[in-house]
Amino acid sequence: MAIVPNPYKTTGFLGWIDDRFPLTKMWKDHLSEYYAPKNFNFWYYFGSLALLVLVNQLITGIFLTMNYKPSSADAFDSVQYIMRDVPWGSVIRYMHATGASAFFIVVYAHMFRGILYGSHRKPRELIWIFGSLIYLALMAEAFCGYVLPWGQMSYWGAQVIISLFGTIPYIGKELVEWIQGDYVPADATLNRLFSLHVVALPFVLVGLVFAHILALHEVGSNNPDGVEIKKNKDPVTHIPLDGIAFHPYYTVKDLVGISVFLIIFCAVIFFAPEGGGMVLEQPNFQMANPQVTPPEITPAWYFGVFYAMLRATPSLFHSALPGVIVMGAAVVIFFFLPWLDRSPVKSWRYKGPIFKTLLMLFALDFVILNYLGMQPVSPTHTLIARIGAIFYFGFFLLMPFYSQWEKTKPVPERVTE
Amino acid sequence: MSNEGVDDGRRRFLTAATSVVGAAGAAAVVWPFLASLRPSAKAQAAGAPVQADISKIEEGQQVTFVWRGSNIWVLRRSKDMITSLSQLTAQLSDPKCEQDQQPAYCKNETRSIKPEYLVMNGKCTHLGCSPSFKPDHPAPEIDANWLGGYFCPCHGSKYDLAGRVFNSMPAPLNMVVPPHRYVSDRVVMIGEDPTDAKKEAA
Repeated sequence: MAIVPNPYKTTGFLGWIDDRFPLTKMWKDHLSEYYAPKNFNFWYYFGSLALLVLVNQLITGIFLTMNYKPSSADAFDSVQYIMRDVPWGSVIRYMHATGASAFFIVVYAHMFRGILYGSHRKPRELIWIFGSLIYLALMAEAFCGYVLPWGQMSYWGAQVIISLFGTIPYIGKELVEWIQGDYVPADATLNRLFSLHVVALPFVLVGLVFAHILALHEVGSNNPDGVEIKKNKDPVTHIPLDGIAFHPYYTVKDLVGISVFLIIFCAVIFFAPEGGGMVLEQPNFQMANPQVTPPEITPAWYFGVFYAMLRATPSLFHSALPGVIVMGAAVVIFFFLPWLDRSPVKSWRYKGPIFKTLLMLFALDFVILNYLGMQPVSPTHTLIARIGAIFYFGFFLLMPFYSQWEKTKPVPERVTE
Repeated sequence: MSNEGVDDGRRRFLTAATSVVGAAGAAAVVWPFLASLRPSAKAQAAGAPVQADISKIEEGQQVTFVWRGSNIWVLRRSKDMITSLSQLTAQLSDPKCEQDQQPAYCKNETRSIKPEYLVMNGKCTHLGCSPSFKPDHPAPEIDANWLGGYFCPCHGSKYDLAGRVFNSMPAPLNMVVPPHRYVSDRVVMIGEDPTDAKKEAA
C-alpha cells in the first residue's frame, strides 16, 4: 500500500518516521517554528525552570521509590537507609527535597510574572486555569510527599491537614475516617498517600503541564508589553515581525537561566541541604509518634500564606469551618483572576499607579503572610495576619473596580526594546 | 453503507438508552473503589474497646490509655480541681456542654460519670494537636487567673480541667469525651456505653 509522503520532504530514517509519526511537525510547531516575542526578560526564565524542576522531581522520585518502603513501621527507617547506606542516596533525597522547595519558588515567580504582564488575560484564560490547576495539584503532591518520611512533622502535618476535612458539617467525621482509612493517621493513610504521590498525582501534573503548554502554543506567548505579536506579521512569510524562533533563541537563553539556577540549587544541596530547617524540618528527624505532639506544628514554608489565614480566622458557631473556607478561597480565587482584571491594558507597564502600588503591596502581603504562617501564634501575629488576609482578598475582589476605573497609558503597536 | 430506510427516532432512542445503561454501569464501578478506602476489617478490629485500670491513679495524676490510636486521658481530680470547674463558667465558651462533644451521660459540669475521674480524648478540637496538662496554678504565662487546665502548644487554645474550652480560642469546641463505662470501681471500659453492659448481661 502506498503511503502519503509527509509534507516536510524529509528522507532516510527521519523521512520513514515522518511518514508515520509527526516528529518533524512537532519539532517545528513547538520549537524551531514556534515564534515567541523577542522582548522576553528575566521573569520569563521561570516557566522553563519549572519544567526542569518537574523533571528533577520525576527522576529523583523514581530512584527514591526504589529504596523507600511505604509502611508506618518501615518508612522512617527506609528513609534513614537511603540517607546512610544507599550509595549517593542522601544526594538523591536532598535533590528531591530541595527540588520541592525550588518548585514552589519558581512557580510563585512564574505566577507573579503572569499577573505583572497580564498573561492571564484574554485569550490566555485557559493557560492560566491550567496553571492554577497545576498549582493545586502541586500542593496536593507536596503534602503527600511531606508525609512519606513518617517523621513527627510528617505525622502531625498530616493530622492537621486531614482534620481540615472534619470541619465540614454532618459528614466531616466520617469523611476523615474515609480519607485516613483508620481512626487516626496510620499505616493505611501513609500507604494511600504514597500511591497518590508516586502514581496518581504525577500523571495529573504531567498531563496538566502538557495542556498548559499546548494552550500556550495555540494562542502564542504574551510578553512584558502585553501586545499581541500575531497582529503584525510579515506579509510574505506570515511570521510575526516581533517574534523569534523558540529554538535556538530561547532554548539558548533558557540554558543560561538553567545554569544560574543550578548553581544556586547545587549550593543548597551541597552546603545547606536542610535549608536551615526550611527544606527538612528538625522534628522530622524523629519518628512519628501519635502520642506526642511536637511543640510547634508548622507547615512546609510554601504553605505559610494559607496556614496564616487558617489560624487567623476566628471560629464561628463552634466550628473551625470559616478558617478552612478562607484558606480554600485564597487558592481558588486565583482561578478567577482572568475575569477580575478588567483593565483595558494587559501589562502593568501601561497600567496606572493604583494598580502598580496594589500589586507591589500584594506581593509584600504574600511574603508577610507566608512568614507569619511559619511563626508561633501571638496576638500581634494574629492581628497582622487578619489585616493581611483582608488585603489579600481585597486585592482580588476589588480588582474589577480599580482596574476598570483607573486611567491607563497608551499601549504601543509593536513591542518595545 | 447506506442510511436509506433508517428509522432515525429508533436509532436515537437506542443510542440514548445504551448510553444511560453504560453510564449507570460506570457509576456503579466507582463504588468498590471509593468503599475500599474505608477503615479495613483489620483497622476496625484494632479499634475495639479497651479496658483501663484506674485503681493506681493518684489524686491529681493523669494517665494515658490508647483507644483507636488516640490518647485517652484519665485524670483523677482532687477536690480543689473539681471546685475550680464551677468558678470558670463565665470564661468558657460552652460551660453547660450543649455541643455534642460528650455522651449524654457526661453532659454535666464535670463532664464525667464520676466527678473524680475525667475520661477524655486528648485532642485539641482546633486541628487535632495534643494539649499539655497544666494543673499547677497560678501560671501567669498561660493566663492571669489560671486554675489549672490544658493548654494547646500549637495555636494556644486553653481548656479547663473538664476539657471545656475558654472563650475566643482557636479551638471551637470542648474536647471529646469518648463513650466509656465502669466495669467495676477499678476498671473503665473505653469505647462502650453503660448501656452496652446491660445488653451484655441480657
